[in-house]
Amino acid sequence: MSIDETKSFSATANDVSCRVPLLALFGGAALWLVLGLLLGLLAAMSFHDPNLFGNCPFLTFGRAQAAANDLVLYGFVMPAALGTMLWIATRLSGAPLALPIVPVAAANLWHLGVAIGTLEILTGGSSGHAWLEYPRLAACLLFAGFILMAVSATATMGFRARGEMYPSLWFFLAALLWFAWTYSTANLFLISSHPPRGVAQAVIDWWYSNNLLFVWLSLAGIGIAFYFLPKFAARPLAGTGYALFAFLTLIGFGTWCGMPQGAPVPAWLPAVSAYAALLSILPVIAVAVIGWKTAAPAGFSLCGGPFCFMKFGLLSLVVSDLLYLSEFCPRISRVVDLTWFGFGVTQWQLLGAAGMIVCGAIYEILPRVMEKELPQRGLAKLSAFLFAIGVLVYVVPLLIGGVEQGMKLNANIPFADISAGTLMFLRISSTGQLLMIIASLCLLLNVLIMTIQWKLALGKALVAALTAPLSTDSTTAKESEVKP
Amino acid sequence: MKTGFSVFLVSFVALGASWFGFVYGPVRQLGDETQTPILQSPDAWPPRPAGDATLGLQVYRACGCAACHTEQVRQTGTLNELTLLSLGVHSAGDFKDFIRSLMVVPELMNESNTIVGNLEKWNGATPFVMYSGDDDIAVSTLASKLKAVGVKTDARIVPTGPDIARGWGARQSVAEDFLYDDPVQPGNLRAGPDLAAIGVRDPDVNWQLRHLYAPRSLLKTSTMPPFQFLFEVRKVNGQPSPEALVLPKEFVPADGMEVVPTAEARQLAAYLVSLKANVPLYDAPFTPVTAAKP
Repeated sequence: MSIDETKSFSATANDVSCRVPLLALFGGAALWLVLGLLLGLLAAMSFHDPNLFGNCPFLTFGRAQAAANDLVLYGFVMPAALGTMLWIATRLSGAPLALPIVPVAAANLWHLGVAIGTLEILTGGSSGHAWLEYPRLAACLLFAGFILMAVSATATMGFRARGEMYPSLWFFLAALLWFAWTYSTANLFLISSHPPRGVAQAVIDWWYSNNLLFVWLSLAGIGIAFYFLPKFAARPLAGTGYALFAFLTLIGFGTWCGMPQGAPVPAWLPAVSAYAALLSILPVIAVAVIGWKTAAPAGFSLCGGPFCFMKFGLLSLVVSDLLYLSEFCPRISRVVDLTWFGFGVTQWQLLGAAGMIVCGAIYEILPRVMEKELPQRGLAKLSAFLFAIGVLVYVVPLLIGGVEQGMKLNANIPFADISAGTLMFLRISSTGQLLMIIASLCLLLNVLIMTIQWKLALGKALVAALTAPLSTDSTTAKESEVKP
Repeated sequence: MKTGFSVFLVSFVALGASWFGFVYGPVRQLGDETQTPILQSPDAWPPRPAGDATLGLQVYRACGCAACHTEQVRQTGTLNELTLLSLGVHSAGDFKDFIRSLMVVPELMNESNTIVGNLEKWNGATPFVMYSGDDDIAVSTLASKLKAVGVKTDARIVPTGPDIARGWGARQSVAEDFLYDDPVQPGNLRAGPDLAAIGVRDPDVNWQLRHLYAPRSLLKTSTMPPFQFLFEVRKVNGQPSPEALVLPKEFVPADGMEVVPTAEARQLAAYLVSLKANVPLYDAPFTPVTAAKP
């Protein structure tokens, strides 16, 4: 874990090499999180009053919810996780970021893709495949951005001085391969001019969604948590053997989940997924054991800040992944399939697990790469509680409402009564969305102030460099090198 | 896991295996399907989509209807039913004795308690459900024995399950139903009812249009948002348009105004009424209700 201090680059210089790419990635991510949560709240308003957006095609539930989901996943979680991966890669290799200009360009491509994709969905250009709604242009931009970031991250990992890879890097390397492969496959098959016929489309979409929402988010979340938890708890990661076991079982079994048990497909597909889901409980339990053994000795203080984010995130990851896997048990799926339960589990995986973990990582990394304290530390601490409570208030009613809805769907109850019965749960969950919006505004404020302060400082340095006499000393020259 | 290469290799193998299993395999198995024969019919399923219904699928996609509606009916099992339609020349007493005498036939022995039990409760009226259960061989044996003595029966396969009982479909959805859909949108949430056979339940295009414009004008407690943006509200010039929706007073925007569906609304409605997954297939057999009439 410790970084080799004898290397020519100090840790601080390595951190600074990440500054511009991370500002680009985190700044956009924080903005998309606010917009995504807002859009999600607007979508949910349809359940408070269905007539609200009758004349507004952009905010009809089907469009707004899809755009909100994609904004949170592709806009917030993924760039934030990728930025964190880049930074951890520099830390663990004890080298500066390789090709630092590449991730800057990649971040801009990525955010442009998210913006275009969101506008397309809101104006009716969605592809119609769940979690793959972005049409061709946006998908190409996202893919190009991802590949560029993956190149930079892999190159940085390659610079490491010590031979053996720290567990986090296994998870990151797998995550880089995973998204590149699944996203290109899904897009080439489904968003192409000659998609396969019939239900094979749905099968590919389920395969992609599972590999993204379960495998990718778990890989990224676990990798990040395995780096930060030992730091916060000030003790080494408990059990590298367990970590290896979790890694291998997660990528070996997790990737075979995803086929809904009641799906209108050949029976072998759901059957394979049911067994894979049973085996995928193993990595989740291993991660829970590692997390417990690493973090528990540090005590259970709730001080707010990154450690709280990370602890709550890893706990959410374990619980939400177990709930996700339970959906593939045939007996449970008969009740919870096609209800709000699955929706709630996905939101928990997205916001409660991966979202909380990357949020904590941003708060921890930003002061280091900027060499400056967070401008609003109080708000950052507060947002940990707001976010955690918001996630629970958002998700738990959806889960309970989903189970109740499923039991009613299996009983002889008129459908109008069932959908009316879920309304109370949906309305309660909107409160959680509101809390998360406040928390996300705290994050955005922090990132925004830091960016503006940095730009002002850059401007000052530039003016100083321009007005300085020609025989400048070395410090001014160094400062101007830092500029993008 | 000492080197990045070994991590890459392990990940490559793991993901590659699932790619072969869940992408390549299903595409080979299902990707070049063609129409399948409908049981006891010269026709093939599904019908080729035509006209507005094809365009309507794209409106369905663009509006994100699949966020709240599924197109997959689920079924928990099937029952084999044998119904007595007429006794022919026999009396009820003779018929009962004949059935009891049949219970020594090996194919019927397992179900004899059920069959005789039903018979004891019978009041002599037809039609009468003689047997309803899992045993298809008992049903076919009994039917053939009764046919030989001139008793008319009807053997049926009846799908069961809450979705079927709710009237959402005559049978479960199967892969064949989605053959011509592009994109395929099976949906994953039932905030609204299943639509796999909405065209059987509500075949009237005008009903669909009115429901799209003002769901609560047809169902007071509906939670569906109205899709008013698919309709044009305009002043009545002289004669009201024949296409204008017939709405109750409280849903008319204003006096002297009429609500006319746009092309998109008509396409969406055409698509909805085209959703009729109600034919028996090899994968999902059942006996259509119309065939039960003597």
